[in-house]
Amino acid sequence: MTDDGERGTPGKGLVQGLAVTLKTMTKRSTTQQYPDVEPELPPRSRGVIALLEENCTVCMLCARECPDWCIYIDSHKEEVVVPGAARARQRNVLDRFDIDFSLCMYCGICIEVCPFDALHWTPEFEYAETDVLDLLHDKNRLGEWMRTVPPPPAHDVLGEPSKEEATAARKAAGPGAATAAKADVRRARPTTADRPNQEAQPKPESPEPPQ
Amino acid sequence: MMPLWLDLTIRVVAVVVGFLTLPLIVGQAEHKVMAHMQGRLGPMYAGGYHGWAQLVADGVKFVQKEDIAPRDADRRIFRLAPLVALFPYLLVLLAIPLGPNGLVAQPLDVGLFFVLAVLGVGVLAVLMSAWASANKYSLLGGLRGAAQLLGYELPLVLAAASVAMAAGTLSLPGIIEAWKPWWLLWQAPAALIFFIAGLAEIRRPPFDMPIADSELVFGYMTEYTGLRFAFFLLAEYVGIVVIAALTTVLFLGGWHGPAADHLGWLWTLLKVFAVSFVIIWFRVTYPRLREDQLQRLCWLILVPLALAQLVLTAAVKIAM
Repeated sequence: MTDDGERGTPGKGLVQGLAVTLKTMTKRSTTQQYPDVEPELPPRSRGVIALLEENCTVCMLCARECPDWCIYIDSHKEEVVVPGAARARQRNVLDRFDIDFSLCMYCGICIEVCPFDALHWTPEFEYAETDVLDLLHDKNRLGEWMRTVPPPPAHDVLGEPSKEEATAARKAAGPGAATAAKADVRRARPTTADRPNQEAQPKPESPEPPQ
Repeated sequence: MMPLWLDLTIRVVAVVVGFLTLPLIVGQAEHKVMAHMQGRLGPMYAGGYHGWAQLVADGVKFVQKEDIAPRDADRRIFRLAPLVALFPYLLVLLAIPLGPNGLVAQPLDVGLFFVLAVLGVGVLAVLMSAWASANKYSLLGGLRGAAQLLGYELPLVLAAASVAMAAGTLSLPGIIEAWKPWWLLWQAPAALIFFIAGLAEIRRPPFDMPIADSELVFGYMTEYTGLRFAFFLLAEYVGIVVIAALTTVLFLGGWHGPAADHLGWLWTLLKVFAVSFVIIWFRVTYPRLREDQLQRLCWLILVPLALAQLVLTAAVKIAM
């Protein structure tokens, strides 16, 4: 009131304040009613880490790279007799794969370094516990999270084919067909790639980019 | 013709029902309006549909709480204060006309005088609770409250006197009957002064220095729990209704409106709720004034303006 000094019309600020609150009232509120309505998480949300046990070779890369050292792995070796081979092969068998989510800082390094895609992000985040010890998920529990792993995002139609696919397609086409193979990459894809969610129809495309 | 006792019972019961329901409606509206003005949703669970029963749930909660009086408190006064805060508003509601043709619990010839006098009792409740709590925050809040309530009583009464002078009567139904739409302009400064002073009288933000939770914990209500605290809260919301109703009756023409003979009560209620909305709106929008700003606003702006309005009213009255 009295401290207005050299400011403009007296009372202008008061009216502006009223306008702000009134405008806010007419807008939709941004409150998310979480327990009643599931939140819409963005793609690649980091909720919990899932383990695909068959893919794990016990290479220990994840456990070693983990900044918190929150991955515990135990294994033993088994001999596998391969008929026709000179001697028995050795195979690592996973005994224990625990992730302690009370230590995990969700950096995702373990998932990045895993060479065989045994670890995956899932957007599930509702695994709070009343006892901190229960945050140690064993391999069974980590394996159950696999059900919640979203399918990988579709390939960019305009993107370059991956190196593996390009090489495979070139080999399949035989020597001297390098330039032709490049154009055929997309048609060759279903045969070279074994991923389940590949787009089904190959898209015929001209070598030059579309105008 | 009804027997006297039946007539009286109906009137009193009607006022008590209004006394208990209107503040709840205003309180719920405050929850929701304030929430949406702040981009929130407000209560959503109690009662199922958009939290309509939130205040009922609050009441149940307050009833369950232990009734504590501090060791050093002056117990009798301490326990009496919430009732003293609540009761005057009930008496005020008795005199407020709802519609034409005697739709008022108690038509008083000196209605305006009665209403203002009874409203003045509120300062007593503040002082009683503040002193009896034996708490320094309570006492500070109470002193602030006393200074504020005594100060703002003056512009309140002067603004009301202006409209009484214009109408030539102290009876509230009489004032409404004399009211003409152009009074909205003529009495506009008085209306504004009355409204602002009324806000200060019921200690609503931005005039809630006696409570000032960031500085004084909760002012004179600091030591109260349970039902007694709920009485103070209820008094606050009845206060909103009362100030809104008085503003409506004195300055906004009460029951005047289309088809006033039949729908007069509806117009009164609509205006009361509209003014209540503005009171809530002010609360959400404005920060609390400082104590010196509060006193300056009263003595340097509102009182001189109210006096000027009195002069204007008198001049127009003589000229007519």
